[in-house]
Amino acid sequence: MSTIFIDNKQYTVKEGKNLLEACLTLGIDLPYFCWHPALGSVGACRQCAVKVFKDENDTRGRLVMSCMENIRDGLHLSVADKTAKAFRSQVIEWLMTNHPHDCPVCDEGGSCHLQDMTVMTGHDYRRYHFKKRTYKNQYLGPFIHHEMNRCIQCYRCVRYYHDYAGGKDLNVFAAHNHVYFGREKDGILESPFSGNLAEVCPTGVFTDKTLREHYTRKWDLTTAPSVCTHCSVGCNTIAGERYGQLRCITNRYNSQVNGYFLCDRGRFGYEFVNSANRITQPLIRSRSIEAVDEAVLMDHLRILMSTHTLIGIGSPRASVESNTALMQLVGKENFYQGINDTLGFIEKRIVEVMRSGAVQTASLQDVQQADAILVLGEDIWNTAPVMALAVRQGVMKTAAQHVLENRALPSWHDAAVRELVQQEKGFLANCTISSSPLDEISTCSVHLAPDNLARLGFAIANRLNTPVPAVLLDRDVQDQAAVIAAALQQAKRPVIISGAGCYNEALIRAAFDIAAALNTHEREVKLAYVMPESNSMGLAIMNAAGFENAVLRATRENNIAAIVLENDLYRHVPAPIADVFFNSCQHCIVFDTLNNATTQKADVLIPAATFAEGDGTLVNYEGRAQRFYQVYVPANKYIQESWKWLLKLQAVKTGNTNEQVYHPEDVLTMCQQLMPQFAGIAASAPHHDFRINGQSMPREPHRYSGRTAMLANLAVSEPKPKQDGDSPFSFTMEGYTGKPPSPLIPFFWSPGWNSIQSVNKYQQEVGGALRNENAGAALFAYKRNGAPVYFKDIPEPFIVRNEKWLLLPQWHVFGSEELSAYAKGVSELSPQPYIAMSASDADQLGVVDGSLLSIKVFEQTYELPVKTNGTIPNGVVLMPAGLTGMPVMNWNSWIQVVSIKL
Amino acid sequence: MLSHLRTMWLVFIHLFKKKATIEYPEEKVELHPRYRGRIVLTKDPDGGERCVGCYLCAVACPVDCIALQATEDENGRRYPDFFRINFSRCIFCGYCEDACPTYAIQLIPDFEMAEYNRQNLVFEKEDLLIDSEGKYPGYNFYRVAGLEAGVKKKGEGVNEEPPVDVHSLLP
Repeated sequence: MSTIFIDNKQYTVKEGKNLLEACLTLGIDLPYFCWHPALGSVGACRQCAVKVFKDENDTRGRLVMSCMENIRDGLHLSVADKTAKAFRSQVIEWLMTNHPHDCPVCDEGGSCHLQDMTVMTGHDYRRYHFKKRTYKNQYLGPFIHHEMNRCIQCYRCVRYYHDYAGGKDLNVFAAHNHVYFGREKDGILESPFSGNLAEVCPTGVFTDKTLREHYTRKWDLTTAPSVCTHCSVGCNTIAGERYGQLRCITNRYNSQVNGYFLCDRGRFGYEFVNSANRITQPLIRSRSIEAVDEAVLMDHLRILMSTHTLIGIGSPRASVESNTALMQLVGKENFYQGINDTLGFIEKRIVEVMRSGAVQTASLQDVQQADAILVLGEDIWNTAPVMALAVRQGVMKTAAQHVLENRALPSWHDAAVRELVQQEKGFLANCTISSSPLDEISTCSVHLAPDNLARLGFAIANRLNTPVPAVLLDRDVQDQAAVIAAALQQAKRPVIISGAGCYNEALIRAAFDIAAALNTHEREVKLAYVMPESNSMGLAIMNAAGFENAVLRATRENNIAAIVLENDLYRHVPAPIADVFFNSCQHCIVFDTLNNATTQKADVLIPAATFAEGDGTLVNYEGRAQRFYQVYVPANKYIQESWKWLLKLQAVKTGNTNEQVYHPEDVLTMCQQLMPQFAGIAASAPHHDFRINGQSMPREPHRYSGRTAMLANLAVSEPKPKQDGDSPFSFTMEGYTGKPPSPLIPFFWSPGWNSIQSVNKYQQEVGGALRNENAGAALFAYKRNGAPVYFKDIPEPFIVRNEKWLLLPQWHVFGSEELSAYAKGVSELSPQPYIAMSASDADQLGVVDGSLLSIKVFEQTYELPVKTNGTIPNGVVLMPAGLTGMPVMNWNSWIQVVSIKL
Repeated sequence: MLSHLRTMWLVFIHLFKKKATIEYPEEKVELHPRYRGRIVLTKDPDGGERCVGCYLCAVACPVDCIALQATEDENGRRYPDFFRINFSRCIFCGYCEDACPTYAIQLIPDFEMAEYNRQNLVFEKEDLLIDSEGKYPGYNFYRVAGLEAGVKKKGEGVNEEPPVDVHSLLP
């Protein structure tokens, strides 16, 4: 800690930071543009000038950029100095000379860093009356809108897109006061992290195009803290609603999970909530009038439940509450996982390994801090994009730390550090089936069939002094194993990442063996397994029986009524099996949000709430239980959380008429009682009656407009605001006006800081944890001294078969996830079905790119265009997984080619 | 006593003063142009809607009686999809007019809008939009705002340079 004097007042600040960070941490408002806590300083915008004095007797001082000045003990500086203030105000005036007068039609307005900083410097009247510079805009795809006139040349966009996220197609062009930030020509931004440009850009050059379709200012949004439902990472988000429609998703900072950035699937996949395909009415099929009201529905279900044996099919995308309520209703022995049994087996292994507590789980923060990373089997770029971004940071930071050793250069000095680092990278081994953009930053990238990847994993484990037997590998793979093992052994904080993505259980074991072997006193190893869906981990921890048992049961017993919870079974199990299941069940009650193949089979269809319309808890890949809060009460009263419906059914079933009210934590307590492995989950979020000074947290900012007019077309008398009994939030702008504790932050705002940059004001120290950060409850406890039990059974090597290919899934950021595929932009970017194979396999078959190949899977023939890819191992074909309209494939099975059309 | 006489005298001379009251409604009140009465939405000189749906009037409104939704036409020009003022709540403070960056929303010298039914005081865009530039003739926001929205091309607006040639390195 150092002592510094700001305007003659003494402060104690942390060393290794720059003056800007120190000032912001102390709560002193200092304007800035080019600096960003995640990007570091370059000193380009000249906006954060302060005066630094030689000593306490120096009265003259000198102007310096606070973001470029290190903290020294006893430093005297002045923020309020007249010259410094005038300098800052002049700089912003210069920046504004070319800034257009288009704030009224700019989507950034009201959450604009440039507006905030202009007001902060006191430049409130423009004196420049000459001509303004203009630029032509570019088309940048369905997510990002470009309006180059507004640019203030802070370079944040390229520094983020190019340096931080590794994108190649956004750059800076032209020269001097004509510099242009964009692509070489119009086109869709290639990086799946492009949405962050809207938050990184301090003004409105890059804005959210999906928000533009139904534009609402930040101050008019009803927001609640939410958790992304589009992959297993569980990024924290803020979801905003206006006029009964979900309007946008923004990042909710959390030092443990997603930090400052989201992926485009998470940011723009929200539109499924507003989809025309939503289920809006309870239906009882095979009646003359199918749509029924709640009383009729409950009567029907009362009879149905009393005369049938109920079985429940759980869901990897429904909340823990909903799955628990279903289990409670049908009984533990009648609850089944609604996923493919192979996947269920792999997930069970993951839970077993994590619950053993032999190795710590890796949060994204740990991944970013890692000094050596091994990705074994999982295509994280496509299955957990934000984790791939974190991996990139780990690699870059390690390289930076390496060059900074024995140098008096601070780590925030971004441009200088980059100059020193040049092309050097930290250690990353990307061992997957085929290539991904992570290969560009990996020290070694190995592309093998899953069994061979597992063997490589065991070979690495073998070299780390474990009882794992030696594995016979090809010479070059053997060398790679040696390199990886050596690098991991040298590392202080290695991270091992694997996952369920290639349907191979041996990979899970191999990754565990490596991590367990590395876990010594001098090394903190962390392990992460990526799961397929947002609550796959929660469902897996429930440890329920597999779906095939449910099918068997339905075929054997003839009095089965199945309740399918928020689950399109046709995405998880082959259509013939699902058909058998639905045909053998007497009745089928389906809860879901969107119409799909499963809801077509329902006898009783009940609309369920999405993440925006209800409360719930999701367990992410690291076993972190995080609560998402209801954003708004849908106008349609039938749209309710599945767990609420199921608890009502429970009351109907038991004949309990006293209408007991359950809150999410009551259901979670029930969950803990039913399944002790969930111990601690009820404490993952504050109690529903948590209040500060007796006040609830407002979902709406104090400037929320239109209260007395927005519903006046229906009735001129304003209705009573909706009440929320399930969370500490209110649906109005009334309530606690201070900064709420971290899991309850509905929006980031601070006086003078309207943009998302106000997150500074919520952090303990700038770029660090939020004040009293509560990032959910961890369900996997690390047992420090537990001796690991190594897995020793090594799979046989993969052998290329004659005229047969092993079918494996290729995941895609856009298109592979069920719900986001309903968003217009995501569906635009999702690929068309194809079949990918190695170039030499293609040669052997005599096919080229674009030839049509017919293959047979499950007695069904598919004709697909061929894509050749040099990195795919021979004997393996990849098909895109999870595309809408494509039935689920029998992954990891052998397929035959039926015919070829060139 | 003196004060009583003075009062009587003053009342007496008022008999010869001009009348302040008028025979309303037969006789109309003369209102000044800047009188804050009924709120209207005006059009720009080219006949396009001036309102760009920026929400500033709504947020400035102390009684929150303005609700709107911005949308865009094919040229990227913003306009309100709906624009609603609940006049049963309006206090005619004129903050919306002050906040309006495009001179779209204006308070005009007309107060005759009493209704028997309160619901009739909810005005939609069709009720608010007038075919006039109101108090500020000649102003078209899109001519000075820089961006292109079907009114003018980039660089053709007031005080604008032609678009930058990205390929040029000349000073």
